[in-house]
Amino acid sequence: MSTLTETLNVSALSVAFPGRQVLKDVSFSLMPGEVCGLIGSNGSGKTTLLRTILGLQAATSGAVHLNGAVGYVPQKIAFDMDMPLRARDVVGLGLDGNRFGLPLPSLGKRRKVEAMLRAVGAEAFADQRVGDLSGGQQQRVLIAHAMIRRPRLLLLDEPLANLDVRAVADIVGLLHRFARDEGVTVLVSAHDMNPLLGVMDRIVYLAQGRAATGKTEEVVRTEVLSRLYGHHIDVIRVHGRVLVIAAGAADEIPIAIEKHPVHVCEIP
Amino acid sequence: MFASYMINGWIMATIIAVVAGAVGLFVVLRGMSFAAHALPLGAFPGAAAANLLGISELWGLIGFSGLGVIGITQLAQRQRRDVATALMLMALLGLGTLFLSLSGHYAQGVYALLFGQLVSVSRAEIWPVLALGILIIAALGLGFRPLLLNTLSPDLAATHGISAGRADFGFLALVGIATAMALPVVGALLVFSLMIGPAAAARSLTNRPATALLLSVCLAVLTVWVSIAAAYISDWPTGFFVGTLAALLFAVARLSRRFHRLP
Amino acid sequence: MSFFNLIFAPGFFASAPVQTALVIGSAAAIVSALIGVFTVLRGQSFAGHALSDISSAGGSVAFLLGISALWGFLGVAVLAAGALELAGLRRSKERDLVTGIVLGAGLGLTALLLHLDIGTRSSGGAAISVMFGSIFAVPASMIVPMLGVSGLAVLMMGLIYRPLLLTSLDPNLASAQGVRVSSIGLLHLLILSLAVTLSAMTIGAILSTALLIGPAAAAVQIAHRPGRALLLAGLFGLIATWGGVLLAYDSYTWTPGQAWPVSFFITSLVSLIYVAARLWAKRPVARRTAEA
Repeated sequence: MSTLTETLNVSALSVAFPGRQVLKDVSFSLMPGEVCGLIGSNGSGKTTLLRTILGLQAATSGAVHLNGAVGYVPQKIAFDMDMPLRARDVVGLGLDGNRFGLPLPSLGKRRKVEAMLRAVGAEAFADQRVGDLSGGQQQRVLIAHAMIRRPRLLLLDEPLANLDVRAVADIVGLLHRFARDEGVTVLVSAHDMNPLLGVMDRIVYLAQGRAATGKTEEVVRTEVLSRLYGHHIDVIRVHGRVLVIAAGAADEIPIAIEKHPVHVCEIP
Repeated sequence: MFASYMINGWIMATIIAVVAGAVGLFVVLRGMSFAAHALPLGAFPGAAAANLLGISELWGLIGFSGLGVIGITQLAQRQRRDVATALMLMALLGLGTLFLSLSGHYAQGVYALLFGQLVSVSRAEIWPVLALGILIIAALGLGFRPLLLNTLSPDLAATHGISAGRADFGFLALVGIATAMALPVVGALLVFSLMIGPAAAARSLTNRPATALLLSVCLAVLTVWVSIAAAYISDWPTGFFVGTLAALLFAVARLSRRFHRLP
Repeated sequence: MSFFNLIFAPGFFASAPVQTALVIGSAAAIVSALIGVFTVLRGQSFAGHALSDISSAGGSVAFLLGISALWGFLGVAVLAAGALELAGLRRSKERDLVTGIVLGAGLGLTALLLHLDIGTRSSGGAAISVMFGSIFAVPASMIVPMLGVSGLAVLMMGLIYRPLLLTSLDPNLASAQGVRVSSIGLLHLLILSLAVTLSAMTIGAILSTALLIGPAAAAVQIAHRPGRALLLAGLFGLIATWGGVLLAYDSYTWTPGQAWPVSFFITSLVSLIYVAARLWAKRPVARRTAEA
């Protein structure tokens, strides 16, 4: 089923925690240079899926095939303001953070770090403490940390949460460039798909543990999402934005849908 | 002050300060002040237990420190960490009062264990402390980057294959050994002061992790030297100067960071 | 009658030091256990422990001046509570660090004061009695002031019970309801300093954490309602203290001529109660997963 050119193949993946099925029979595959949005509300299993792909979480059944190294940007890291650690140190730790021994100065490493800082546009604040940086700047540093080992697949867990509109656009542009220019496959989770609409080749839409996957325009449709949720869902497109709305009066909406946020967000 | 019988004391104190400064930086960065305070305090009855058993005080201290490390780690799995630390401290100290009263430890001895006393140290006592010191520094040097990454974010470290649980336990064990060897000199109550004061200052004075480590070690050595000298001159206890200097260092570093943000 | 005598050695209740010990021990245990529940919920065990350690400086001053240890403990503990709140830090790492620094400075002071005690009064016992307590040595005249301090602590707790509970659960929730979180925090530390003062008199400055955290941690394991947690914590504290006094009194006959320290028995009983509570709390959880 999986061909050699795929960067990631997830087949019939199920994950259960004691007393709770988190993912049911999720399948999709990603090609080099594709940007894929992993969309779903809070608690829909986005983080679990990413952690299972990384091997940090065991699957109940199904399989994950990876082709090449993986880089990961975890969900909201609150950097300590008092850590004596510059942005460039964090990027450097991406290269050799798991190595033993004191970090000896090396020209090769320095060059790689510089190049990576430039690639994410972080030269200007490379020597500041990470704790002092803004949310968008920290996200750039984390992406550089994940990318410095030149992975073929980059996983990002809610990198756009709590960023202002401008920073969201910057990060989305950055991810798009990595995919287009270097053929990196990008899997990015978000509870709101709108900022990603312009760059997203594919979508994995999670709801109640199951996934609808495919090209964005194939998945984000009233019939598909209604089937996924098991209730009627309206998908409305206005001015290039997508709104996903649960139909019916508030008291008729089942809890699972009530939790689902209505996607109303600016595309800058 | 530098009489030949004092030389061994100076050497011992310097070894301890180097270790405390290095371990202390991570104690501060990881927010483990309570554990660093509880371990030596809980370990000090180990000295009384060692007296009862007729073995060297150092091994009694390390044994109790080890109990504390295992206890905190185990309890913390089902309990908030600070509560786990407090419970373990309480259990060890309770045991300690019994050992102290049974071993007939005279009050002056208790005072020395709690607050430290740099009396004549023999050459033979230096060797085990030196060996342990080298062990700790080597372990810290080897694990520097993984520990730093884990301190920055356990999640991020996990993606590099660094287990959060193992890093936590490993470092706590280092703190346990470091406090046990420092205890007879600076005292159970003030070992942690020597760890957190210089380290807290160091992290405010630089943005670079390796420099912070070096600075923390230097400040700790300075603190100990000044304290011993002042104690010698004034005949007041060393612990008083260590505690006060550590607080002073912290206050100065905090103010300097408030008024002058590092580039 | 002989069985009664086996448990309560002859003269237990008739002994005046025992009566005093039971009264002040009970007061200390109840006040500490009650405020301990909030301290555990707020994640401020370190602050609680630090206050009691620092109060040892007060105990040493009292020794030096020849006044009652109660006032020494109390004065310094209240001062330290103010200092901790002044630092006013919300991030828990930074709060712990400042607590540690204040604690270090306080203990340094204790070292100096005890050193002076030993120098001037040539009684090496000061360190032991300040640090490890001497409940049987508390004079009966201290009963009234100590009960007064206890009453004050309980009264303050009763007055701020609901806001205190709310801020302990979630400060944001509380401030949304108009609770002044920082004032409640300061009041909590003040009550805490009263409690550790009482405990320091009973089982010593460095051991008062046992009465503060132990019973509360055990109660929180079992109880699912705040009121019940408070009740249980108080009960556990009382059991440990009474048991400790009783066993210490009995221990006179175990090793002739030498009593075992009360503090040892109290901390051991608290540890046992905690372990029992953990086992008790574990039971229903095991059943629930078996059903699932």
